[in-house]
Amino acid sequence: MSEAVMTESGETLPAGTKGVVADFSADMQSFHVPWGKAMMWIFLLSDTFIFSCFLVSYMTVRISTVDPWPNPSEVFGLTMFGADVPLLLIAIMTFVLITSSGTMALAVNYGYRKDRKKTFWLMVATAALGATFVGMQAFEWTKLIMEGVRPWQNPFGAAQFGSSFFMITGFHGMHVSAGVIYLLVVANRVRTGFYEERGGKYEIVEIAGLYWHFVDLVWVFIFAFFYLW
Amino acid sequence: MAADEGQQHPLKIYWIMWGALFVLSAFSYATDFMQDGLLRTTLILLFMFAKAGGIVWIFMHMGWERLALKLAILVPPVFIVVLIWLMAIEGEYTELTRIEFFGDSIFEPEEVHH
Repeated sequence: MSEAVMTESGETLPAGTKGVVADFSADMQSFHVPWGKAMMWIFLLSDTFIFSCFLVSYMTVRISTVDPWPNPSEVFGLTMFGADVPLLLIAIMTFVLITSSGTMALAVNYGYRKDRKKTFWLMVATAALGATFVGMQAFEWTKLIMEGVRPWQNPFGAAQFGSSFFMITGFHGMHVSAGVIYLLVVANRVRTGFYEERGGKYEIVEIAGLYWHFVDLVWVFIFAFFYLW
Repeated sequence: MAADEGQQHPLKIYWIMWGALFVLSAFSYATDFMQDGLLRTTLILLFMFAKAGGIVWIFMHMGWERLALKLAILVPPVFIVVLIWLMAIEGEYTELTRIEFFGDSIFEPEEVHH
């Protein structure tokens, strides 16, 4: 799917592995994407390592503790209509985040079509779903704190459960919150025509989208390793 | 495709990916109703990687980027596997040492009430 590309000087660069060599071997631009996009990818790569460190340390404390690990499907379960439904809230949060990823992907597409109105509303919808997610997470935290879960102890098993939970979901929630603000700032600039004055390029929507999809991506791993495992 | 045109693709591919993510998430959630074991672990990982791959490849447009960018971003995270391996060994060792010196757990978990 990666194709040959033309540089500004009119030189054609080959595709495939020859393209890798050509892209890195000369005193020139290596990544043929807008610089903002390349830098967002580099940032996301570094963020990948941060979240990996959290998840790997969670794995280490979970392996090394001799106390039983609390069963997440019970701890995060909800009683609905007299029946215990495991992980209900977490499942709903997952679907909310996926829905927001879809609206973001559409926003990027309409951005490149220069349909400012649709882009704006899709980005606002994405931010609203993100805010919903954070709200549900606040509810989750409150519920667990009321039940006696602390970073240093909890009534259901190994003490490390609390520290891993608050650290990992807290850091992810912070990313979602920052993303909501970022999306609203960009959405507002799309609406006011800020980017029209700057050449009418809407790659910023895609760059904001990369960040948003990454937040969803991290949740995929947290959901699998922390809640399901 | 010129570099500054950006990523433009038919909307259909996003709708398909969106639907696939919903289905895969439902499958992921369904594994919680299974018995613990190798099959459940395998399915959790399978659905996780399928979702992650779809998000990166389609939603983040990595599938359409040039190989240089793909390699620069996707190869470094592979080395996390080494960290996982090392820390798993370390964790097992710590657990054995704790049991050896402090004995096994005397923790009595409370019932979960909602």
